[in-house]
Amino acid sequence: MTTPTMAFRGSLTSRDQIAVYEFGWPAVIFIPLAAIAIQAFLPVRLRFFPILDLPMMVVIFFAVARRNPISGCLTGAIIGLLQDTLAGPAHPIGMYGIADTIIGFAASSLGVKIDTENHGTRFLLTYIFFVAHQGIYFGVAHELLRQAVQWSWPQVAISALANAIVGLFVYGFLDRFKQK
Amino acid sequence: METILGRFRNLIVLAAILFAQIIGLAVQVKRPAQQGDTRLIRVWAVSAITPLEKAVVNTQQFFRNTWFNYVYLRGVRRENRALRAQLDQMKIEQVRLKEDADMARRIQTLLAFKEQYIDSSVAAQVIGTSGSDQSRVLYIDKGSQDGIRTDMAVITPNGIVGKIVQVFPGSAQVLPINDQLSGVGVALKNTRLQGILRGAPNGTTTVQYVMADERVVPGEEVITSGGDRIFPKGLPVGKVVDVSPGKDLFLNIRVLPSAQLDRLEEVLVVTKVSEKAPDTQDLGPIRASDILAQRLPSLPSQPQTDANGNATQPAADAAGAATKPAGAGTVAGSAGTSPAAVPGTRAPGGTAKPTTASGTTAASTGAANGSVARKPVSPPMAGNAASSPASTSGAGTVTKPPATGEAEVTRPKPVRKAPDENAPVPAPTPAQPTPATDNPQR
Repeated sequence: MTTPTMAFRGSLTSRDQIAVYEFGWPAVIFIPLAAIAIQAFLPVRLRFFPILDLPMMVVIFFAVARRNPISGCLTGAIIGLLQDTLAGPAHPIGMYGIADTIIGFAASSLGVKIDTENHGTRFLLTYIFFVAHQGIYFGVAHELLRQAVQWSWPQVAISALANAIVGLFVYGFLDRFKQK
Repeated sequence: METILGRFRNLIVLAAILFAQIIGLAVQVKRPAQQGDTRLIRVWAVSAITPLEKAVVNTQQFFRNTWFNYVYLRGVRRENRALRAQLDQMKIEQVRLKEDADMARRIQTLLAFKEQYIDSSVAAQVIGTSGSDQSRVLYIDKGSQDGIRTDMAVITPNGIVGKIVQVFPGSAQVLPINDQLSGVGVALKNTRLQGILRGAPNGTTTVQYVMADERVVPGEEVITSGGDRIFPKGLPVGKVVDVSPGKDLFLNIRVLPSAQLDRLEEVLVVTKVSEKAPDTQDLGPIRASDILAQRLPSLPSQPQTDANGNATQPAADAAGAATKPAGAGTVAGSAGTSPAAVPGTRAPGGTAKPTTASGTTAASTGAANGSVARKPVSPPMAGNAASSPASTSGAGTVTKPPATGEAEVTRPKPVRKAPDENAPVPAPTPAQPTPATDNPQR
């Protein structure tokens, strides 16, 4: 069994900074649903909105706050699969699920080792995880499903930057729902 | 054992969740290409098994070919001579069959041609998207409860939008034409070249399968060809913005969609499209002089008024193309442009019918149709349909009862004249001012 001591072994920060948070069940249910709903309906009015990935930010937030890889996996899988259900026929259910599962696992694993309350860390985490998320999605679509998807580094870099900036505000808002 | 499971518990859970999702993907995904809609899990299973089978079969084939191609060649020379003779016979027969096929194709084109009209449509509001750059599907607020079915066309007054791919009770999913899975049969308006409009992952749309030796210029309009059996023929699609050589001897024609696909708010779902075969029963052989007379400037007839003061159908025009009376209280005027010719004018109303539509329908199509119906008679086409495909077969009339202001567009059938070989071609007559009743704006 993994003990808290084992979990924090190799941590780059002090144990005080590695706080494990919990959330009330309304927040656990409604925050992901709200993120998916906003992600689906705002692009009707805001053309640029699809470059943002609110559900992925929620996955990262829950994962680094709970610091539990299994919980991060499950959160990512559920949110990703919900996001998949809204996509079209070119988008089989599971593509975002796989990407978000891995992101959730990686974020929670990393959250054990570093301080994720810092704005700079959050910015970097979101930037890197967005690029990784896009890479996983591209890999699944291109290699596994042989879909005609295109990879554009400038577009991914700009989108990651936008997500990292917006993520700071989103995380700031979601911090209100944390319970120690 | 327990220690290992406990130590790698996180990784095991991650692997299990990913494995479940990958299996889920494999179950639902179908490979549409050569396999013919095969589920991915079947493809993977077959891919794992087939190498062994191939090895066995190839070995067997090697020995078989070696025996029959290099050893057992008895009677091959005689068979070769017989086959050559048969080939010569076939070549002769092929020429004859090709002629027959060409003729059949021409007749098929003539007889099987049907005009499509939008009978009814449902207005819907765009309420959502997939929220992803990779999928461009839209959600509308009408579903199966409103009569929406899959494969129905979705249009706007500016141009086509896409088709319905999934229907739910209160909403439906629309696959827009710029999605990479979309394919629409289109034609270039001027050159009549046909191709398939496909979306790209970056959201652009291109016309494919137009040969590289064809001449296509930017700015040319693209319309639906009706070949996909989803979009009625003649609806505006967009304009050619760029032409470049593609792969496999085809052009890569980039098209800017007429409908603003990224700013859609309201759309029309075409719920019923009727097909109407052209009325050829009353049409006999048309003399060249009749066609020429219809195209020459002619004197528009003065409208006759009845006792109620309503204008009635004029007599046969100067060209000699007599028309049946379109009913009491009609005013001879310029015919409304046929919906098939100007699809954009019937799309907004959605309920607009062809030139035989009732006045209410014509009026409900909005300003676009109304403006067409109120056009004054142009001298070259006086008394005849302005741009309708039926302009050579009959005169179009527009009725506009003063009380209601609704315009009724009718297409009277022509009365065939007895063949008169000595009949001279009517001389062109100077155009006269259109009667005031023809133009309500005066």
